[in-house]
Amino acid sequence: MRPAPTEAAQAGRAMRLAHHLYGLGPLVGLVVLCIVGTLLNHDFATVDNLMNVLTRTSFIGIIAVGETFVIISGGIDLSVGSMAALIAGSMIWLMNGLSAGVGGHTFAPLEIIAIGIALAFVLGGLFGWAHGLLITKGRIEPFIVTLGTLGIFRAVLTWLADGGALTLNNSLTDLYSPVYYASLLGVPVPIWVFLVVAAGGTLILNRTAFGRHVQAIGSNEQVARYAAIRVDTVKIVTYVLLGICVGVATVLYVPRLGSATPTTGILWELEAIAAVVVGGTALKGGEGRVIGTVIGAILLSVIANILNLTSIISVYLNAAVQGAVIIVVAFLQRGRR
Amino acid sequence: MSLAVRFDDIRKDFGPVRVLHGVSFELTPGRIYGLLGENGAGKSTLMKILAGYEAATTGTLLIDGQAQQFASSREAEAAGIVLIHQEFNLAEHLSIAQNMYLGHEKRRGWLLDDAAMRAEATRYLAQVGLKKPPDTKVRELIVAEKQMVEIAKALSRNARLLIMDEPTATLTPSETERLFALMTKLKAEGVTIIYISHKLDEVEHITDEVIVMRDGRFVARGATAGLARQQMANLMVGRDVSDMFPDKAAVAADALVALKVEGLVVPDWVEQLSFEVRAGEVLGFAGLVGAGRTEAFEAILGLRRRSAGRIEIGGHAVEVKRPLDAMRHGLTYLSEDRKGKALHVNLNLQDNLTLMTLEQYAHPLLDLKAGRVALKQAVADFGIRTGDLSSRARMLSGGNQQKLALAKFLQPRPNVIVLDEPTRGVDVGSKRDIYFLIHRLAAQGRAVIVISSELIELIGLCHRVAVMRAGRLQATLDLDHLTEEELIAHATGTH
Repeated sequence: MRPAPTEAAQAGRAMRLAHHLYGLGPLVGLVVLCIVGTLLNHDFATVDNLMNVLTRTSFIGIIAVGETFVIISGGIDLSVGSMAALIAGSMIWLMNGLSAGVGGHTFAPLEIIAIGIALAFVLGGLFGWAHGLLITKGRIEPFIVTLGTLGIFRAVLTWLADGGALTLNNSLTDLYSPVYYASLLGVPVPIWVFLVVAAGGTLILNRTAFGRHVQAIGSNEQVARYAAIRVDTVKIVTYVLLGICVGVATVLYVPRLGSATPTTGILWELEAIAAVVVGGTALKGGEGRVIGTVIGAILLSVIANILNLTSIISVYLNAAVQGAVIIVVAFLQRGRR
Repeated sequence: MSLAVRFDDIRKDFGPVRVLHGVSFELTPGRIYGLLGENGAGKSTLMKILAGYEAATTGTLLIDGQAQQFASSREAEAAGIVLIHQEFNLAEHLSIAQNMYLGHEKRRGWLLDDAAMRAEATRYLAQVGLKKPPDTKVRELIVAEKQMVEIAKALSRNARLLIMDEPTATLTPSETERLFALMTKLKAEGVTIIYISHKLDEVEHITDEVIVMRDGRFVARGATAGLARQQMANLMVGRDVSDMFPDKAAVAADALVALKVEGLVVPDWVEQLSFEVRAGEVLGFAGLVGAGRTEAFEAILGLRRRSAGRIEIGGHAVEVKRPLDAMRHGLTYLSEDRKGKALHVNLNLQDNLTLMTLEQYAHPLLDLKAGRVALKQAVADFGIRTGDLSSRARMLSGGNQQKLALAKFLQPRPNVIVLDEPTRGVDVGSKRDIYFLIHRLAAQGRAVIVISSELIELIGLCHRVAVMRAGRLQATLDLDHLTEEELIAHATGTH
């Protein structure tokens, strides 16, 4: 079997070119949508609307960056919406409790918020760690594990909130609200955080040994195992990272409404997974890009925004449109390998 | 009813890799043909084309003078051509009769006619000489019996041409004798048999004519009676076999023991395996499929559970729970399953090469340029032929993939390297390169363990060969006792 180097090289180049073009797909889609949006409504292409869309994108976007790692490694996490809701509820519950004082000791509002934020990170990390352990050491399908916790997290929140809403004390709201509402250099804080998370995610995925291991595991877990990669550890870390991303997103989300209800974060898993898939990451794992996910998340927000600004399709059908987008993209991804 | 087959300039490409380069020859009915060739010679691909599992890229297949293009194995079966796979296509949970009529069930109206199927199955079982009721579940049969079920199944579909791929690989000598008796009987009934095997003594014994393929080409054919075993081997390899292997350098008398394993037990696979290999030594592992060789080394690496066993690397007892521990102690293992366990075929060459040693490139960000330098170095050192350094591993030919895999598992600079079937699916040129590489590694003072099913390879390459059978070490043959007959005798337990 003598290889024909030129043939192989040409085929290789052609494939990489096709790959690059495919990689541009989401961006082209986003640009087309923006043009459509501008044509349909003059309010679309304004700085205010742009910032509005990006700020709303940041929650899902941050979670989707974490989900990118999980999906590239060959896993999935369906629980992120419920997890965000439970983390939000737990934060509010704890912060309210602390503001009433514990055993005669009172806390400064700043301390309370710092503790609340720390709790969000810790809970997110712990939930992710539990997922990772059940999936690797417990050898349960990620789909089943996170389907289970999807139910558990939301039920616990509903129980905490007694079926209603957990609302942050007014005394804390003023101090905490800038985390969502303030701007730095004219750009809202959540967008900055989103940018930092996305940049960090890109760097970790493409330029660290961990990121390479994640891709190797998703591409072929057996090969990775035989290549002395600690497959279980790497997988657990992907779920922990995702949990922390959910924690970060929740920290930004809580000051927006100042409350958590049984409907908080509903269908976020759909949007996060949609963002990852639309961004060109293969659902079966192995390859994907954080930048694609970022574009995917923005694209989905823009769809929702256009539905909001125009009356062609009811805004109530937003999830239907997103669902359709996932299916279409998955259809286009068929047999790409 | 005769069934004459003619291949006319058959070519087959898998992506950019051409595995058949215009093969032409014909088969007359009612004979037993030995199809010889090393791994990667293209014989399996050619047989898959004949049996409808693959389509030729170009060229014509003529059956009884008619050009045929089978779209599926079912169509080939209808024409009387059946391929019996090395791994049988039997549903373990179904009975013999249910398996024989799977997909061809006899019906009475809408319901299955079990009685008729059982009755006919019994007839075919008698024809092949298997004394089992047709209701027996296949999982209760031993390998040789399953093979007979496969043959009975083929006969039930009026097979006129049987292709048997390594049918004796897992049979004992007496089972092999029974199979040969059956083959002779079928030949007398006018069935053509294509017999693929590496065991030249069997080929000599049972076939009428030998056809040799090499590197995707037809090389030679001749009456078996007129060919000596040595000639067959030389035709397969394409040069004098002795040319393929480097001279064995003597292992220094005071060479240190690089790896020592004592009392290894792998549940269901290996019983009390003990061996040692010294620096500069090439130790072979021979045995039939399922003898537990691969499983033993997977257990040593921590990829499989072991219930007992002491491992010493470089003279120190070590705890190896996972491949990472082994690698840190200087032991790596290259699996026989290249696409499933050794290489990420969908990743590029550089990611594959540097995967095990990423720590060296992470500061903490990966130094991609240094990785590129390492790849260029490996391409030069290992003679990996690729038109494009950025291509994915799957674009390489089998031989070049194997060289890349070797380079990958040598990146951690192991003192002991285990190579499981290192030349499977590799062309002759690459094979020779790999043999010389193995001896270079040994000359550098590394210990090399080679697990192989090719006896010529073990004999040509190794200082000593350990022979395993059914999970136990049967013998360790040194240079003075290293012959095909000895190896086979110990591997099959007829010593």
